[in-house]
Amino acid sequence: MPRSSERARAAEPRPAARVPSPRFERRRKRRLRVAIGALSLSVLLLAVTLASFVTMADAQSVRPPANAVTNSTPDATGMESVPGKITQPPARADLWRFVGGDRGPDEEGFTTTVSIPNKLSATLVQPFGEEWRLLRRGPLPEYGLIIPAAMILALAAFYLIRGRIRIEAGPSRNRIRRFGGFERFGHWLLAVSFVALALTGLNLLYGREYILPLIGHEAYSLTAWWGKWVHNNIAWAFMLGLVLIFVMWVGRNIPHRRDLVWLMKGGGLFSKHSHPDAGKFNAGQKLIFWSVILLGASLSLSGIALLFPFQTGLMGKTFAFFNDIGLSLSFIGIDVSQPVTALQEMQYQTIWHAAVALVMIAIIIAHIYIGTLGMEGAFDAMGSGDVDLNWAREHHNLWVDEVSARTSRRTPAE
Amino acid sequence: MGKAAFLCDAERCIECNACVTACKNEHEIPWGINRRRVVTINDGRPGEKSISVACMHCSDAPCMAVCPVDCFYKTADGIVLHSKDLCIGCGYCFYACPFGAPQYPQAGNFGSRGKMDKCTFCAGGPEENNSPAEFQKYGRNRIAEGKLPICAEMCSTKALLAGDADDVSSIFRERVVARGFGGDSWGWGTAYGNQNDS
Ligand code: SF4
Ligand code: SF4
Repeated sequence: MPRSSERARAAEPRPAARVPSPRFERRRKRRLRVAIGALSLSVLLLAVTLASFVTMADAQSVRPPANAVTNSTPDATGMESVPGKITQPPARADLWRFVGGDRGPDEEGFTTTVSIPNKLSATLVQPFGEEWRLLRRGPLPEYGLIIPAAMILALAAFYLIRGRIRIEAGPSRNRIRRFGGFERFGHWLLAVSFVALALTGLNLLYGREYILPLIGHEAYSLTAWWGKWVHNNIAWAFMLGLVLIFVMWVGRNIPHRRDLVWLMKGGGLFSKHSHPDAGKFNAGQKLIFWSVILLGASLSLSGIALLFPFQTGLMGKTFAFFNDIGLSLSFIGIDVSQPVTALQEMQYQTIWHAAVALVMIAIIIAHIYIGTLGMEGAFDAMGSGDVDLNWAREHHNLWVDEVSARTSRRTPAE
Repeated sequence: MGKAAFLCDAERCIECNACVTACKNEHEIPWGINRRRVVTINDGRPGEKSISVACMHCSDAPCMAVCPVDCFYKTADGIVLHSKDLCIGCGYCFYACPFGAPQYPQAGNFGSRGKMDKCTFCAGGPEENNSPAEFQKYGRNRIAEGKLPICAEMCSTKALLAGDADDVSSIFRERVVARGFGGDSWGWGTAYGNQNDS
């Protein structure tokens, strides 16, 4: 009974037998179809992810390309050249630039090999490490502080100006069911795992600077060790929660024309008596939903790439795709036409993972604010699952109409 | 000793892997971990060169800069060492290191790494010099015994030089002058910051 969770509690005592109207049946089937579609979509995404493990980053091959110079006359080594096969030897300076890490093997036909099993160790110098270090020590933690801090300031300003958004008509005595037990379970699974992941992740990015000096090396190392363990393991709960809320709510989060009106009126957040039309989820909530889904999916993918080092090639594939469609990333210093080495793959993933996480943290701070302190009556939706009827009428009028229409159809007049 | 440095003379290295073997034996390095490796350029083709690579004990060490738990330290000789008690196996030092020196035993679930292991310039770790605990975690501490790294000592052609940076570079300079070619001291500039030498 997928929709039974929305039965209005305020309604008259239930009749013994319920005969759903044909229209209700049709809608129920449609929702079911959407849910099944969503489920298969997520299974498909998962399959694509797993498949990408199998294909290692193409760029990590240290073999020369087919058109590389594979026979060259030596310089000053006294070997004779083979007539008909003569090609220009690579200049020595080029060789040293190459082994110094300035050029890729493909460019000059150089190869490097090792006789130990770890073929990745054939790279002599990886100059990108220095860029990675600068990013991690500079812009990443800096912007990482600015973005959530800006969000907190904005919310504080909003609170000072607008105050807590009250239920305009005052609390009613009636409540209406908004989220069933399973929906709340999905939400809290995602929420708790996200907070744990965010805290342990932030610890790794900022701990050395802000926590280590306070508690010392030993205690901080222990914290970071367990933080890493928690982060690696709770990640799966997060991914499960993400799939659950996607499947449960995607049908209700398809954008609609009225969302534009809602957004143009600022959701009524900035004026006391404005309550633009909204269904079960208003445009603001849809934005949160889609940001969580998209950012969360991206975090999951980069997280999986980091959990299984050197097994995925997503960044390289993404850059190759950008290159194909002619999208240049040169403005952030990335040349998408260059192959991505297996190591660069990991380096990009760590930066991307942290950057996306920091943006998501800022968004979730706003979500937590409006769901607790910022709006009277909002927390009940995810707390008990039953919300105040007046609150619901003000913020989700169309949804209330829908629920009461369904209930009255189900409940024959006395 | 002033600043500890490694230099591999690519004109001499014959890829015999004596340094790799000596290192493994001296420190009883487990399977799958290579503190030192030999990389061959253009293997099997005219002009082939080989270079023995390990941690170069960089002057401005990138690994030190990025370690989230700050477990690296530098000895008075400029040797970059780390504490395995503090290391959490995050792998960041490997992402920052230009030479691919840090190594990890795989430990734990998924692909998660164990405590990082790398070349110590045969100088052990934070434990008491040549104590069983130090040997077990970091290998032998030859520096404390007044000896230089075993890899360079065992090098069959004396391609690999280890010791004070000034000594190493003057030996190398003499060689280059004597033979009249092959003056590229690979990795030197990247590790020790003298860009003219690289
Ligand atoms: S070679 Fe790598 S591990 Fe060694 S000091 Fe330099 S950055 Fe650190
Ligand atoms: S793997 Fe260990 S030594 Fe390397 S950066 Fe992480 S905590 Fe530091």
